[in-house]
Amino acid sequence: MEVVAKLGRFGILVCERIGISGIILFRSLIRKPDFKHGFPALIEQIYAEGFLSLVIIIVSGMFIGMVVGLQGYNTLNKFGADQALGQLLALSVVRELGPVVTALLFAGRAGSALTAEIGLMKATEQLSGMEMIAVDPLHRVIAPRLWGGFISMPILAMIFSMVAIYGGYFVAVQWLGLDAGSFWSNMQAAVDFDIDTLNGIIKSIVFGFVITWIAVFQGYECVPTSEGIGRATTKTVVYSSLAILGLDFVLTTMMLGGW
Amino acid sequence: MSNIVTISNLSFKRGERSIFDNVNIVIPQGKITTIMGPSGTGKTTLLKLIGAQLRPNQGSVIFDGEDVHQLSRNALYRARRKMGMLFQSGALFTNLSVFDNIAFPLLEHTNLSKRMVRDLVLMKLEAVGLRGAESLMPNELSGGMARRVALARAIALDPKIIMYDEPFTGQDPITMGVLIKLIKMLNDSLSITSVLVSHDVQEAASISDYIYLLSGGKVIGEGTPKDLFVSDQPEVKQFMLGLPDGPVPFHYPSKDFKTELLGAVS
Amino acid sequence: MARQRIIEICVGIFMILGILALVFLAFKVSGLTTYSYANSYKITADFQNIGDLKVRAPVTMAGVKVGQITDIQLDPETYAAIVTMRIDRQDLIPIDSTANIYTAGLIGSNYVSITPGFSNQFLKSGDVLQRTNQAMILQDVIGQLLYSLKGGDSDNDTSQQQAANGSAN
Repeated sequence: MEVVAKLGRFGILVCERIGISGIILFRSLIRKPDFKHGFPALIEQIYAEGFLSLVIIIVSGMFIGMVVGLQGYNTLNKFGADQALGQLLALSVVRELGPVVTALLFAGRAGSALTAEIGLMKATEQLSGMEMIAVDPLHRVIAPRLWGGFISMPILAMIFSMVAIYGGYFVAVQWLGLDAGSFWSNMQAAVDFDIDTLNGIIKSIVFGFVITWIAVFQGYECVPTSEGIGRATTKTVVYSSLAILGLDFVLTTMMLGGW
Repeated sequence: MSNIVTISNLSFKRGERSIFDNVNIVIPQGKITTIMGPSGTGKTTLLKLIGAQLRPNQGSVIFDGEDVHQLSRNALYRARRKMGMLFQSGALFTNLSVFDNIAFPLLEHTNLSKRMVRDLVLMKLEAVGLRGAESLMPNELSGGMARRVALARAIALDPKIIMYDEPFTGQDPITMGVLIKLIKMLNDSLSITSVLVSHDVQEAASISDYIYLLSGGKVIGEGTPKDLFVSDQPEVKQFMLGLPDGPVPFHYPSKDFKTELLGAVS
Repeated sequence: MARQRIIEICVGIFMILGILALVFLAFKVSGLTTYSYANSYKITADFQNIGDLKVRAPVTMAGVKVGQITDIQLDPETYAAIVTMRIDRQDLIPIDSTANIYTAGLIGSNYVSITPGFSNQFLKSGDVLQRTNQAMILQDVIGQLLYSLKGGDSDNDTSQQQAANGSAN
């Protein structure tokens, strides 16, 4: 009986947390926009979440593209189909690797930083202090961070895809001597903008939304001690990664099923 | 003399633990009222209840004619503009400079020109004696300076009431003297009502007009500092004079020492 | 405010990179062309069977791409597939041309190849290409091949007859 009760308690707790996170999201985003204060804050957040994640995104994209190029070439070469490398690379990057790997890196780089930053603001009473200055921290602190994440993540994913394809191009064409013309033309023939590229971008938008939401919620609702912040940061990365992988499956199913 | 804050029948529980049990406190306008009590009696919680950051289980807090816990979100935020709060840690925004920290409430709530904001900020800084520190970042300030900057920020919107959360804790004697002078000065010159939460008896008593003594979730004594120092009530006497043993025992509640020792043997 | 300025510039760079990436993905990877369709027009052709032909497949003449498939519908009366294709050059296809559906390589995708006729008149927008050959379906070809092989082996008139009847059916 104790086990069932524990499970029940856990279930109630989970529902409660999801509810709170929904309320936070709603209160942060649904309000009349305040461009005077909102816009500079948004720019700052795009810088912190997007621009500062560029290095890791570009380096990872480069290497992943190069590895896919190398592996793909070696496998396809056995069947004499190395002309199809362009399409293999582009499809796997644009559809899957771009959004998913970027999202995982984004959760580790920007998501954890968001949680730690907001948690620290909570622990040092900055959020409380803001409330007492009669400024809602949901509007002033949380909302720009949410929007910053929503905007940065798809852009990062697109940059990742571009860099990865160039990485593969570099290996296949410059190094292994594949014909550049057939590399690009096969890619263009196989990749459909409406279906492949757009779906990849939609995925990255969904991932960006979920990661930022989780990160902000974990920061805002963390136990305001150094231990609590550490735990919340870990939770952000773990929950985001699981959410990304689970959602990726769901989204892919929906997209392949034509919605 | 009217009362700016009236707390009536306030009860607050944190989980199962009762923090306040039917507490009544009135804070008269224009005076310095101090709320004292041993650590852990929820003095900070009381300030958060006045600021409506926490909701009581029972009772009401009337601030400037309005029950802050019945207000809508917008009305509450409007009411909070009339309050200033000095947090124990200062709660300065770490990513903003001293100047921007003090300008923050002005930029948020007023449409003053840049020049006006600048003048106001410098005036507030001058009032706390830190005009030269305007370009420093919060992490470059000492604890006492951070509190003074936070005080300048708290008075930026010219509030009706300032709540000080343990302003003297962990400060050296000089800083303490500065803070006492500042609190007294702001109260007198700007006719701001001050609410102090403290357990530094001598310092708080030296500037207070009226003192409430809280312990165990109840008001155990109230009066002017003079009244309290000569009080015969044992709880009040113990706290005011800082006696190690009395109604608040030296020992944490435990089993009888002898039986526990002997019990371990058998 | 120097810091603010640096941040703004960095975000600007970030945005430019993002737009660059989007353009790259759209045009270089997905092959979305900026080519203006001012000179292009649409013609249709009816096929008995289009095999594996898909929308966006290329239309070629002598192996050179001259357009692409924009729409495929089934005619509910004749049960023929109505294939609409966009041709990118005026006065290119004589009215007595033939459209064939071929497969790129052994297992590649299908495309339409137009074999030009000899007329001096050319197809205009909305015209219908009359002569079409249906797609070669690999399974059918193999089936026919097996039947004819069987007939060849048996040296028997009746079995050949049966095979002929079978294929006729």
